[in-house]
Amino acid sequence: MFNWTQEFADWLTYHIFGLVKGNHLADAMNFFIYDTIKIFILLFSISILMGTINSYFPIEKVRYALQKRQWYGFDYFLASFFGTVTPFCSCSSVPLFIGFVQGGIPLGVTLAFLISSPLVDAVTVAMFMGMFGLKTTLIYVLSGIILSMIAGIILGKMKLENLLTPWVKQIIENKQKTSFEFQEEERTLIQRLPGITKEAMTIVKGVAIYILLGVAIGGLMHGYIPTNFFEQYISKDSPFAVPIAVLIGVPMYTNTAGIIPIMQVLVQKGIPLGTVLAFSMAVVALSFPEAMLLKKVMSGKMLAIFYSIVTLCIIISGYIFNWIL
Amino acid sequence: MIEVKILGTGCIKCKQTEQIVREVIAKNNIDATVEKIEDIEKIMQYNILSMPAVVVNEVVKIKGYVPKEAEVLTALS
Repeated sequence: MFNWTQEFADWLTYHIFGLVKGNHLADAMNFFIYDTIKIFILLFSISILMGTINSYFPIEKVRYALQKRQWYGFDYFLASFFGTVTPFCSCSSVPLFIGFVQGGIPLGVTLAFLISSPLVDAVTVAMFMGMFGLKTTLIYVLSGIILSMIAGIILGKMKLENLLTPWVKQIIENKQKTSFEFQEEERTLIQRLPGITKEAMTIVKGVAIYILLGVAIGGLMHGYIPTNFFEQYISKDSPFAVPIAVLIGVPMYTNTAGIIPIMQVLVQKGIPLGTVLAFSMAVVALSFPEAMLLKKVMSGKMLAIFYSIVTLCIIISGYIFNWIL
Repeated sequence: MIEVKILGTGCIKCKQTEQIVREVIAKNNIDATVEKIEDIEKIMQYNILSMPAVVVNEVVKIKGYVPKEAEVLTALS
C-alpha cells in the first residue's frame, strides 16, 4: 500500500537532493520523508473513519442509548468502544462525567468511557500504525478497550458514589427529574462528509508539527544509538521495568504524536515492546492536569482509587504484552 | 442586544473560542455582551457534554469544538 511512498522518498532523496545511498544523512532523510508521508496519510484516513462513526454516534446519542434501557453489563463494552471514536479534550472530561451520571448511567460505565476516550484516539492509532504496524496497533486498540471495561467494572463494583463531591451527589439525587431526548440528525453521508473532512484536517494540522519533530528526532536517534544499547539496562525479564515505565508515564502529559516515533527507536534498540506499550497507555490515559479537573467531581480518595486501579490495570497489561509479544 | 456566554474551564480551545467570538462581534458591530463562564457547576446547568460551548440568549448554539468565524456569525444573527 505504501510502496509508492517509498519510491517517492527514494526519488526525492537520491535524485532531487542528490544524496548518495548508504550515506548516513541520506538514509535518515529517506526514513523521514517516507515515515512522515505515511503517517499523514494514515492519520487523515483514520480521522475520517473515526469522524464518520462519531458523526452517526455522537456523544449525546451514546448517552441516550446507554440510559434508555438495561444492558446487563454490555454497557461497559459500549462505553469503552464509543469512547475510542469520541474525540477527547481533557477539558470535556468533567461535563462528560456529570452528563453521564446525571442521565442515570452507572458510575463504572461512565468511568470506562472516561478511560477509553483518551486511551484510543485517532492520533495515537495512526502513530502506532505508522511506526509499529497493524498487528501492534490492533493489540493496542483491543487491549485499550478491554482495559477500560475491566477498570470500569472493578470501579463500579467498589460503589464509589459516596466519594463524589457534594454537588455531584446532589445532581445524582435529582437525576429522576432530568430525562434527555435525543434528536436524530437526518443527514446523508454525503452531506456529513464535508464537516467530517474539515474536522480531520483540523486534527492533522493540530499535530503536524509534533509528528515532524517526533519523526525527525527518532530518525536522528536511530543512527546514533547503537543497536541493542538498552538491552544491557532493561531486559524483557527484568520484573520492575513495566511498573517503573508506567509510573513515569502517569503524570506525563505529552503529545503522543511526538513521543511514539521516539519510542519506536527505543524498541529497535532493545526496550521490550510491551513495556513501551504500557508506558504510552500511562501517558495518554492518565495525566496530572486531568486529575486536577476531575478533582471537581471526585474526592481526593476517589481520585486516588481511580488512578490506582487504572495504573494497576496498565501495569498488568504491560506484563501480558511482554509475555505474548 | 444579544447575550453571549462562552462556557469553558480554561483550556486552550475555550480561550480560542472566546477570542473568535469577540472578534466576530467587534468586526460586525454586533450589539452583544460576552461573558466567559468558568464555574463548572454553572456550566453544567446548560446540559452539555463537551466543551467549549457558545450560548446565545441562553440557547446552546455551538458545543464541543472551536467554531469558525462564519459559524459564530450565523449563531449570533
